[in-house]
Amino acid sequence: MITLEVNQKKYDFDVSPDVPLLWVIREHLKLTGTKYGCGMSLCGACTVHIDGKAQRSCQIPVVEAQGKKITTIEGIPENHPVKKAWVKAQVPQCGYCQSGQIMQAIALLSEKPNPKEEEIMNVMNGNLCRCGTYRKIKKAITMAAKGGKK
Amino acid sequence: MRTNMTRREFLRLAGLTLAISLTPSGYRMLSAEEVAKDKSFNPNVWLQITPDNMVTIVVNKSEMGQGVYTSLPMIVADELEAEWKGVKIKVAPAGDKYIDPVWGMQATGGSTSVRHMFEPLRKAGAAAREMLVSAASKKWGVPVSECEASQGSVIHKKSNRKQTYGQLCEDASQLIVPQNPTLKKEGHFRIIGKPFDRLDVIEKVNGSAVFGIDVFIPNMLYASIERPPAYGAQALSYDIKAALKIAGVHYVIDVQSPSYGYRGKAVCAESIEKAWKGRTALKVKWDKGSHPELNNESLQKMLIGHLKKDGVVARSDGDTKLALNKAFRKVEATYVLPFLYHATMEPMNCTAHVTADKCEIWVPTQNQTGVLKAAEKITGLKPDQIYVHTTYLGGGFGRRFETDVVEEAIQLSKATGRPIKLIWSREEDVKNDLYRPANCCKIEGGIDDKGRLVAWSHKVVVPSIFSRVFPQMMKNGIDPAAVEGIENMEYEIPNVYVEYVRLDTPVPVGFWRSVGSTHNAFTVECFIDELSHAAKKDSLEFRLNHLKNHKRAYKVLEVAAEKAGWRRPLKKGQGRGIAQHLSFGSYVAQVAEVSVDEKIGTIKVHRVVCAVDCGDVINPAIITAQMEGGITMGLSAALKEGIELESGGVASSNFHNYELLRMHEAPDIEVHIIRSKEKLGGIGEPGVPPIAPAVANAVFNATGIRLRRLPMTPETVKGAMGKM
Repeated sequence: MITLEVNQKKYDFDVSPDVPLLWVIREHLKLTGTKYGCGMSLCGACTVHIDGKAQRSCQIPVVEAQGKKITTIEGIPENHPVKKAWVKAQVPQCGYCQSGQIMQAIALLSEKPNPKEEEIMNVMNGNLCRCGTYRKIKKAITMAAKGGKK
Repeated sequence: MRTNMTRREFLRLAGLTLAISLTPSGYRMLSAEEVAKDKSFNPNVWLQITPDNMVTIVVNKSEMGQGVYTSLPMIVADELEAEWKGVKIKVAPAGDKYIDPVWGMQATGGSTSVRHMFEPLRKAGAAAREMLVSAASKKWGVPVSECEASQGSVIHKKSNRKQTYGQLCEDASQLIVPQNPTLKKEGHFRIIGKPFDRLDVIEKVNGSAVFGIDVFIPNMLYASIERPPAYGAQALSYDIKAALKIAGVHYVIDVQSPSYGYRGKAVCAESIEKAWKGRTALKVKWDKGSHPELNNESLQKMLIGHLKKDGVVARSDGDTKLALNKAFRKVEATYVLPFLYHATMEPMNCTAHVTADKCEIWVPTQNQTGVLKAAEKITGLKPDQIYVHTTYLGGGFGRRFETDVVEEAIQLSKATGRPIKLIWSREEDVKNDLYRPANCCKIEGGIDDKGRLVAWSHKVVVPSIFSRVFPQMMKNGIDPAAVEGIENMEYEIPNVYVEYVRLDTPVPVGFWRSVGSTHNAFTVECFIDELSHAAKKDSLEFRLNHLKNHKRAYKVLEVAAEKAGWRRPLKKGQGRGIAQHLSFGSYVAQVAEVSVDEKIGTIKVHRVVCAVDCGDVINPAIITAQMEGGITMGLSAALKEGIELESGGVASSNFHNYELLRMHEAPDIEVHIIRSKEKLGGIGEPGVPPIAPAVANAVFNATGIRLRRLPMTPETVKGAMGKM
């Protein structure tokens, strides 16, 4: 039996301990905002927060996530400055990679509230977007950072 | 907001419902009651106004990021004079009732959604508006001419009366539907032409948007398919017993698709991870397949070798051979381009449930008609027993026009009697695509002593897409995709000869965002640059000199160059290149600014300035986004992408060996929209073609290196430098 804490809610379920956290979150807990993209930590679509840090959930066996606080896109409040900036900048096109982008951006801003462009790129480089929304992602992160300054 | 709906549900709702259909005698509009009576009526647009003041538009197009769930409702809402905040969409199921009026099928592609739906959507909106105004005038006993529709209400100014559409819709539904409603005049649009926010953004930001991979059906099994690693490979040995021993694995099934041949051995299990374990346990050993000799080198040889063959003539103006012989100066070049993978971020997937009298399919598809036909073929059921639920598409780019994954899922559900959720791994997705065709060209050009282009001979060797997908569109052996952008190029040249040599390889090919234009724009626009250099002319000037009678192409070039500061000097080491291309009815020119690290061979694209003329403008924010997206995808392909072949199959497997453009490589992009008011053009694809040649031309401008091979990797750059 595995016990997970996701978005401040406890879940008990029976799953093999080596199953990647991603598939447990998506297919067992049905929190489908977190996406499968590559299974090799190459695209960032599966990014979640584990104890506040951005992690690729496709690379973490579920057993290793036990006892840690997991946050998915569904656990980010609607009025979060990053979500609001994403709407304001009208970032998404197909939208598939955006949960991962947003989770990565939130983790970036929690570490560096006012990132330079270079710092944004260094961190966001791990998240692929085939629709080409990179410019708007940068814009949204900058907007959210400014909003956080007050 | 979006929900799936059925026709019956739509007709059952209260309020005013309109349907509109393109018939041989023009558009025909019917009320819900008339539609219910007339079973032969196949509408293309459905529109509904309900007492809660909501306007619902049924969208028969797939949303893959290009913004149709916003732009199509905008068109109706404007003609209807609706309040934008009360507009919602419903996703059409698959069926004759929702076909594209121009194509006669329900599909999304060719950058046509707005172009094909503009007129019927406007007429539907205008007809509903006239009915609501009539209803109000009857109610108040005043002439129609004194009533005005505005922002979701009808107003009678003289008596200061006002009723909302919700209050009027029941009365309006009793009226006769006007067949020729008056459309709004230019200058009266409130919504069309403005950068409205997308209706799908909120759910794509909070994670609730449902893509195909997010579908759950009670009692479903997960499926994963062990696929042949080489084209035509057959299993030599495998261990079904070992797979079935894994707890939760229920079936191992060979999958044969009617349209795509043998697909591999599927494992169906209670969870996705159990299906994978079953696949591993199967330990399939494959034979070498039908073309073990196929690899990168053999492909190159084949492409180049076919340049010697005679092809089919797609265009012949004047006497090109003679003109080339007599030319003052002659230039010749050969270009080679690779197979490209679509790389939708959402891998292929489909959920299907087949029972004795029903088949339900949940799929992110661009091709509802294709899905329906595949389901009919496999299940033997009738179209009205098949229900297709189109989810959001995590990228399409033409890949989701194919029905391979759908056929697999339906087969498996039929065989097991259980609902099946089939998810491809990224590796399967990379290795089992229908790729943008690899191709090569030999081009010869002649210039006279005044620097004018007198002859252009262009031979393209390329696999055929249309012969498989739409064979009826092959004309005299010519695949329209093979020569698009060459055969119709607008440069004013007296002698033009275009020849197509069809080369089919074991590698399947399909529609890849902007299709033939992706590769033909590269060769045409690079070669015109080479010619301008040979003519000792500025490359912009040279193009403009040969487009004097083609004002739209001329204008996009002029605007892109002006906004980019074409004549302004660049920083040391930087270069600037330009390219223009007409595709899907839209003209696009782009200027790229690059610098090249000649030691390691890397290209950095700093800035791209884009000018687009797509005729009328529905939503400028969506046009800009599509241009940015097209440029980014085109640049990714130009700099990094190419499928590697090895031992008769695809060697590329995931994003480490098929790399996509990342944020630090994405340039600043500026988009300028030219509102020409010309015929509407498409917007999803035309942003792609000009970027690769603009960058290659900029590399030449910076370094004097001509790149005639894609992708422009450091190896390609250094290889070209070696030849200098």
